Formats: sequence, structure tokens, C-alpha cells
Amino acid sequence: MKVADLATLPGLEPLQPDGEDAELTGAYTSDLLSDVMAHAPAGGVLITIQAHTNTIAVASLVGLRAVILCNRRPVPDDMLAAARREHIRIYRTADHQFQASILVHHSLTA
Amino acid sequence: MKILPLDPEQSPLLIFDLLFKLKVRDVMSTQLVTITPEATLRSAQQRMKERGITGLPVVESDRLLGIVSMHDILTALDLGYINDPIDRHMPRNIVVLDEEMPLSLGITYFDKYRFGRFPVLNREKRLVGILTTRDISAGLLKELFKEVDRLQTGHEDTQAILQRRVQRTSTTRTYDFENAGRAAHEIKKLLVARAVDPAVVRRVAVAAYELEMNQIVHSNGGTLRLTLTPRVAELVAHDQGPGIADVAQAMQEGFTTANDWIKSLGFGAGMGLPNVQRVSDKFEIHSALRVGTTVRSIIFLSNPPKVKK
Repeated sequence: MKVADLATLPGLEPLQPDGEDAELTGAYTSDLLSDVMAHAPAGGVLITIQAHTNTIAVASLVGLRAVILCNRRPVPDDMLAAARREHIRIYRTADHQFQASILVHHSLTA
Repeated sequence: MKILPLDPEQSPLLIFDLLFKLKVRDVMSTQLVTITPEATLRSAQQRMKERGITGLPVVESDRLLGIVSMHDILTALDLGYINDPIDRHMPRNIVVLDEEMPLSLGITYFDKYRFGRFPVLNREKRLVGILTTRDISAGLLKELFKEVDRLQTGHEDTQAILQRRVQRTSTTRTYDFENAGRAAHEIKKLLVARAVDPAVVRRVAVAAYELEMNQIVHSNGGTLRLTLTPRVAELVAHDQGPGIADVAQAMQEGFTTANDWIKSLGFGAGMGLPNVQRVSDKFEIHSALRVGTTVRSIIFLSNPPKVKK
């Protein structure tokens, strides 16, 4: 599954669809950025409710390629701008983290 | 068939550059073998044979009058005037090159006129050299070697730069979330540029980020200093207080003094310092209440010595 294929998942709204398209290596679900920093896989997608620029800072340091923001959290413009700068895609969904994780898990193992 | 297998527009860029940079003067032969117009064609033939050349400029007091080639000698033998003086039979419509001409233009003459050699004149119209295809090949080779030499020396310079010790210091301010991660980001870029193993880069980035975040969340502001040597990345985070009451407690995973707002942002879960320690090869922390905290993290960039933890 490619990073850009995330856009085809039901309920995922692409807010920042630009970035390198590569194979998605995995996924990590957490709202604790230190935890993301320590364990999220490089080249993967982060599923979280943390809709602010620090999430992008962490994602960029770890090498994540995409972030899925859950519970239709409002997304500040500076977060989108940072994501564009770092070539990290952002999707938003009404699902909560557990539902979004199942969705991504199914497409990763399909 | 082309006399010179060099088409500037089809050649590699480096050759192309050289052809434009070099002048005819730079590659021509200056050790001239000449003959006077009164000499016989036979003596011209003998001189060519002695010197192993196929053309001879005909010169009178530095003035070029013409050129005798092997072709002219063969014709003279064929028609029986080999013992005549040269100036009676010498072709006078000679094509010459100016020494200031770029080589890129000079080489087009070989295909245009189909001669094997061209006399080269200076501004005063005196004969100063002769240009053959052999001179061009030799001249280009010499310049190519120089270029390779220059590139190799340049390469050593980059190596030297990579070997040099680098130090970067950044400042953090309390609750400055806007710039959070900037120091770690710069440090990561520096390591990536040095082609450090990605797994090691991540460890340094984790340590830098956590130390930076700690200062933003808990301190009255501080600095994060990176020292990079070919073997080691050393991070020293130093702040101006308030200091940690119980360092051992702060090192326990899950222990935190962060407020709810910080926690709602995804920080302050008591994972920062333990994370730094986990990714470090060497880790030290010193703190004094009302004075400040200093954390030192060392990460080996390659061949980490085996340390039992």
C-alpha cells in the first residue's frame, strides 16, 4: 500500500495531500508525542488526535509520511503549513483512533 | 569520415567546457621544424623523414609563406620536380589559425578544410606554433588529468570538513511551543548530511527533541549544545532552573510534574528523560534546586564500543 492510497480509505478527508509517494511501512496509534518519538516506524502513518504543529515536528523527526487526525478535530493552519513544508500528508476522519487503526490495519494487510 | 572524432555538441560537458576554455595557444606544438623557400623539395622530404613529421611550414625571417606536406612531396616525385626549390611549387593559399582562437573553433577547421595540420600565427602574424589532431588529443588529456586532480583535491576538502568537529548551540524559551523541535530538526539535518546511519540519526533526534521539549515545558529557558566529532554526537542541555527536587524520581518512566494543558498537547507523560537515557550510550544528569539542570547525552555514530548496561 502506498501513502497516497490512504486517500481511498472510507471517511478519510485529505487536508494536505502533497508529499512523496512511497510504500507505507506501517502505522502507529498514540496521542503521546514522546511515545510516538520513541516507537513510531519511519515511513509510516500516525493515527492521533493531536492536531497541532508539534505533531508535525515529531512526525518529521521520526520520518513519518502521513498523519490521520481523528474525531474530526479542528486543524490549525500552521499545522497544515508545517506539514506542507515537511511533505507530510494530513488526513482527517470522524472515526476515533481505534476505528481508524482497524481501517489502516486492514489495508496494510490486504 | 571525420578527421577529428570530436563534436563539441556531442561530447561530455567537461570536454565541451575545456574546448571553450582552452585556446589554440594552450595545446599547439611550439617546437617548430621549418624550412626556407629556397630549399629543395627533396631536402624538405628528408627533413620530414628525419623528424618524423608529415608537414613543414615554409618560413622566411619568421614570416610564414606556405606549407609543404607529404602530399606535395608525392606529387613532386610523380611529376619529376623533387629537386626544385620549394617556392616554385608551394601552395600559397594556406589556412592559418590565430593563437588566441578558442580550441572549440580551431577543431572545426580540421573537418572544414581537411588538412592534417594548421600553422598558428600570433597577433603580429609571426609563426608561433603548429596544431595537429595529435596536439589536440594530448592537450585535452593533459587538461582532463588536471581537472581530475582538482576534483580529487576538492573531494579531500569535503572529507576534511566532515572530519572537523562541529558545535551548534540553540536556545529554548519557556512554553515556546511554536519553535519546539527546531533544534532537533537542525541537528537531524546535520547528521543526515554526514551520512550517519539512519537508526543512529533517529536516536540523536529523539534525545535532542526530548531535551529541547523538557526545557520548553519545565525550565526557565536554556540551551542545547551539540558537539559532533567523526565518532560521537554529544548533547548538553543546560537550563537556568528551577531545578529538579528528586532526580531519581524524575528518571522514572511516568513520573511527571507537567500541568494538564501540557498533557493535553501530548507532552508531560513522564517519558522524556527515560527516552533520552534509553537512546544514549552515555547519560548524565545533574540538578540543583533554584540553580538549574544539566543533562549530557553521548551517542556513538559508528562502531559503538560494547557497553554492558
